[in-house]
Amino acid sequence: MNGILLIDLILLALVLVAAVATVESRNLFAAAILSSIYSLLMACFWTSMDAVDVAYTEAAVGAGISTILLIGTLVLTGSRETVRKAVHWPALLLCLAVGSVLIFGTLDMPAFGDPNAPAQQHALYEGFTGQNILKAPGSKAAEDYEAYLATEDAAHSHDGEHAHDEHARHDYFHGHVPNQVTSVIVTYRAFDTMFETCVIFCAGIGMIVLLRGRRGNPMKGGLL
Amino acid sequence: MKDNVLMRVAARWNMPFLIIFALYTQTHGELGPGGGFQAGVMIAAAFIVYGMVFGADDMQRIVPRWITDLLAALGVLIYAGTGVYCLVQGYTFLDYTAINPANPGAGEPWGMVSVEWGVGITVAAVMMTIFNEITEGTLPGQEHDKSDTEIVGKA
Repeated sequence: MNGILLIDLILLALVLVAAVATVESRNLFAAAILSSIYSLLMACFWTSMDAVDVAYTEAAVGAGISTILLIGTLVLTGSRETVRKAVHWPALLLCLAVGSVLIFGTLDMPAFGDPNAPAQQHALYEGFTGQNILKAPGSKAAEDYEAYLATEDAAHSHDGEHAHDEHARHDYFHGHVPNQVTSVIVTYRAFDTMFETCVIFCAGIGMIVLLRGRRGNPMKGGLL
Repeated sequence: MKDNVLMRVAARWNMPFLIIFALYTQTHGELGPGGGFQAGVMIAAAFIVYGMVFGADDMQRIVPRWITDLLAALGVLIYAGTGVYCLVQGYTFLDYTAINPANPGAGEPWGMVSVEWGVGITVAAVMMTIFNEITEGTLPGQEHDKSDTEIVGKA
């Protein structure tokens, strides 16, 4: 078995264990820390999938700030869970239904490591595409990818001898930012990101309006 | 937690490293992984960990609430202001070509950097606001009504 694939499977198994332990734990402090471990394992898994930006966010937000905020909340609520109710069947059925719809939705997505996926087709990604495919050498995807590389090499050899040197490759960017994730987030979808920032701002305003001064001096130390 | 040497040292000595790493993430957002959101979260985490150990009052002595209130709005203003600047220059909203019309590719990073700073400032300020408001009056160094803590346990 391929080594990287093995690491992926071990990580996913640990993620599953952490998730179940989080749900089952009666001690809420333990549950907060376990959910942090869950996020950390997911971050490792995303890194292994070459989704470094997602891993970064998962580590910073999931394992970092949300754990801190959860623990901050536990200071208020106490760390013991109330007596648990029996399984809530309508809720379980709803979760299963939504889960199956989501899994059904992923059937339309390209297979893992598919070289013909739109995300792999741009010239920018030439250097990055091979990594996931090579996890399954000898598969159809790997063969397709090798054929794609061969045609690309043929096309480039007509362009002249500099086609494959680093300088020529950097020319693809035309001075644009080489990080495709950030480019999509703040250039291609800049409007979208602006309103995400506004949503975060609104969350802060909501906290101020609803909670500030409820337990201490009203409006202590703030602008509002 | 203030009396625990381990917590005190950990909170104090993690802070500079977290802040420097956050600034690195912020300033390299357009080149490497990460960006304004992650950097803002990390800066906020540095201060919040400090606040959890030394008390929210100590944290608010470093970052007063009126500053986080202002910064939350300032970040959104920086983001929207970049867009309005492009609009004023005769381009569409948030079209970074306006920053360097002769070489759009070279102007793009500047637009992205300014927008990322907007996101980072807002996220850092809002995260600190959330912590401040959630824990108001409950952390060490402040009044803490013990009868509140066991509500969930008794119910």
